Amino acid sequence: MPYSDTIECDLTVIGRGMAGMAAALFAAEKGISTVQVGTNGGIIFASGLFDLFSVHPVNEKNIWKDPWMGIEALIRDIPRHPYSRLTKEEIQLAFEEMLGFLNVEGLHYCRAEEGNSEVITPLGTTKHTYCVPQGMWNGVLALKEKKPCLLVDFPGMNGFSALQLAENLKEAWRDLRSARIPFPEGKGQGTMVVGDVMARGLELPEKREKLAGMILPYVKEAQHVGLPAVLGMSHHNEVIQELGARLGVSVFEIPTFSLSIPGLRLMETFTNALSKRGVRQFEQERVLVAERRPDGRFALGIGNKKLQTRVVSKGIILASGRFWGKGLYAFRNRIKETVFDLPVSQPAERSEWHRKDFFDLRGHPVNQAGLETDDSYRPLGDSGKPAFDNLFAAGSILAHQDWMRMKCGSGLAIATAYGAVNGFSN
Amino acid sequence: MHTQVLIIGGGATGTGLARDLALRGVHCTLVEKSHLNAGASGRNHGLLHSGARYVGTDPIAAKQCHEENLLLKKIIPRVIEDTNGLFVAIEGDDEQYIADFPNLCKKCGIPVQAVDVDEARELEPGLSAKLIAAYRVDDGAIDPFALCRENIAQAESFGSSLLLHTEVIGFKKQGNQITETLLRDRVTGTESAIEADTVVNAAGAWVGHIAAMAGIAIHMLYSKGTLLVTGHRFTRHVINRLRPPHDGDILVPGGSVSILGTTSIRVDSPDVTLPSFPEIDLLVNEGAAMLPVLKNTRFVRAYAGVRPLLDFENGFDDRSVSRGFSLLDHSNDGLENFLSIPGGKLTTYRFMAEKTADVVCDRLGVKKPSVTAVEPVPSTGMGRWSEPGAAARVWIEQKDPDDPVLCECEIVPQSLIRGVISSITKKNMKPSLLAIGEVTRVGKGVCQGTFCGARITAAMHSNGDLCGDDGLGDLKDFLRERWRGERPALWDGQLIQAELKEAFYCGLAGLELRDE
Repeated sequence: MPYSDTIECDLTVIGRGMAGMAAALFAAEKGISTVQVGTNGGIIFASGLFDLFSVHPVNEKNIWKDPWMGIEALIRDIPRHPYSRLTKEEIQLAFEEMLGFLNVEGLHYCRAEEGNSEVITPLGTTKHTYCVPQGMWNGVLALKEKKPCLLVDFPGMNGFSALQLAENLKEAWRDLRSARIPFPEGKGQGTMVVGDVMARGLELPEKREKLAGMILPYVKEAQHVGLPAVLGMSHHNEVIQELGARLGVSVFEIPTFSLSIPGLRLMETFTNALSKRGVRQFEQERVLVAERRPDGRFALGIGNKKLQTRVVSKGIILASGRFWGKGLYAFRNRIKETVFDLPVSQPAERSEWHRKDFFDLRGHPVNQAGLETDDSYRPLGDSGKPAFDNLFAAGSILAHQDWMRMKCGSGLAIATAYGAVNGFSN
Repeated sequence: MHTQVLIIGGGATGTGLARDLALRGVHCTLVEKSHLNAGASGRNHGLLHSGARYVGTDPIAAKQCHEENLLLKKIIPRVIEDTNGLFVAIEGDDEQYIADFPNLCKKCGIPVQAVDVDEARELEPGLSAKLIAAYRVDDGAIDPFALCRENIAQAESFGSSLLLHTEVIGFKKQGNQITETLLRDRVTGTESAIEADTVVNAAGAWVGHIAAMAGIAIHMLYSKGTLLVTGHRFTRHVINRLRPPHDGDILVPGGSVSILGTTSIRVDSPDVTLPSFPEIDLLVNEGAAMLPVLKNTRFVRAYAGVRPLLDFENGFDDRSVSRGFSLLDHSNDGLENFLSIPGGKLTTYRFMAEKTADVVCDRLGVKKPSVTAVEPVPSTGMGRWSEPGAAARVWIEQKDPDDPVLCECEIVPQSLIRGVISSITKKNMKPSLLAIGEVTRVGKGVCQGTFCGARITAAMHSNGDLCGDDGLGDLKDFLRERWRGERPALWDGQLIQAELKEAFYCGLAGLELRDE
């Protein structure tokens, strides 16, 4: 017997990105015994912003201030978009449950009454998003009111330039300045200063005090101070509050490129909280073999390259992501779903996957490829009927959406996970 | 402006000619409408031919290649990696050709050494189990970018000038002379005229376009060749398929990568340089016949160049039209100070330049003979950053913790980029990601701009090289240019990379929504 262990459960969630985390959470809250499998990865690149919906039609660059009205228009135009299988109330409930959970776990999110808020991106552009981590919220207000503001960066933190943000935003925001300040005791300011080292460093009170002391002379008339999102890990709220108090201004974080501390915070929070709620998590393992047994249950062989554990479960939620999450795989001539080899709706040829211009406003057709489902998010088999009555899918693996262009990544993850868990529990 | 010789075209021929003439005391001005190596000189394998590829089809070119190969290894060894090459045949290949090959090589004076099949697979473990014959030859890998930069740098040190991003827009003629060549700076739009005693048209695939402006017809054929770059290096030797020249025959190692090519597709214009999907599939399949690992490896990008070929008005297919060169003296067309050099091979660029310079010097009454066959090309230090791995070596040697690596795939440190930017600004040009990419490996690794694009933009802003929102347009241009090469090779790992890139630049930053 190749397995060291066999686990039985009601539901297995495949995937540890935003959709997988949401599905595991919603299932656990319903008291469903849940196993979650998947390698950590995607979520640590997440900006921390929860997009619900803002751009439609993408080729017209039309931005919706009110995401709900945007979704209505979307469903009229693209009836098979995954949002079409839920009511507005269901999507709202999904968000309430998610934000309520994160709030209890210490990750507070803020929203504007009117819907989407505008936030600064690490390139100095702005984007419209639905929920903003509390640590970034003062940035939303500062940007909206164009109050005197100082942006700070650290030498050696490659890819984040406060001057770049100020230069890009200065036309609309006159009282925006920037300063470069050495990170306290940042050994080897060149290559060694990385976000998580800084974030964990700022958990130490003496480091916060030093940083505040170094920023203070630059504050002058500024009412807000923006820093790259490296202000602490688990003591993030404390770090922001203390810096703000010492500087006498409101302090906010700006999302960063590449490895993202707000993403790491999400991952750590989910991991710990799901564990507390009894979700059995396999964080560095994948599903290597999957079969459906005669009794209708699934038997999954999971492990890291080598089979280690067998999971027998009554249902599955496939939240394995797209290419980056390895839920989909692209051969030279075909896109495949990696766990069950489910049919993938896709363009006929590789030459149709991507458009000639990277920034083509219509988006790339390959990004709309994915799984077709029924109204309960059950992926369809070759016959056009659900492949299995107890297999569900959620998140970016679903077809007929382009989360990157429509700006609906987290919303899609949270809402469809909610729908899939409901489908399973019914 | 006046110059003795105006050279049109900053490829291997033009820069080689500038050096040959400069060493004979002739002042040249080289104008290039884009950047150095922008045409076929930068869009090839980087293969220093032993000549063996042409023994069956073009013995004269084969001999020329062999002689120049030996010579270049002496005069500019630092841009050449003396890899040696293997010609390999696999089951099903033309046995007659295999049998004739060593004799054909000998007839051309090309050294060739039979290698036992098992020994060949020991030398290159990636070779197919279906190998039936192997021969070793003197192929090498040459960095054409460094080559051209070093050649023009020496010409400049002798007082000659280089005008990049400057295009020829017309000629003024009087009697049998071109009196003035009209130029336009493509960055500023400024127009100017230059007087030259002799004008040499070394515009490669665009040679017919230039000649047409002087009222002369040169009938050209255009053959597109597509190449694929792998994520890492597979072999020590250049690997050639032992068969009459065909598609997907050659894998050339270059620093830390390998380049698989090429195809031969007739196109209507020298500006058609977009690799097509069927070409990519063909290359992978043909390459995998020699090295099965190529079937499942990660390719990073593709690129295509257009070979200029003279149309001899007969039914040869493109591979049998001579890759040798012709020097067209336009005296016969009524212009006595105008020459054109179409076609030619990278390996024999110096020979072509010498022969052309001989004619030019004869016209100018310059008696000094060419010395480029014996005189080594001095190092300027600037020629080296195009070689994969070169920047990494320097960074590792310097061990400066305050010098961050901005392009992690190709290990290009900030200090090097600063140096490149200051050399760009010294020439009164605007520093941009594209301009930096023209002389370094930035953006050419597996991430194709995902990380380095944002990092370098940030660094440029912090150093005051960019202001306002110029950086965003610059970044978009850079990502678009990378995309041209990535798009046909997006499957497996590279598609994952492309998804991450779009998640950053569109998903998070919304660059696609920015008005242009």
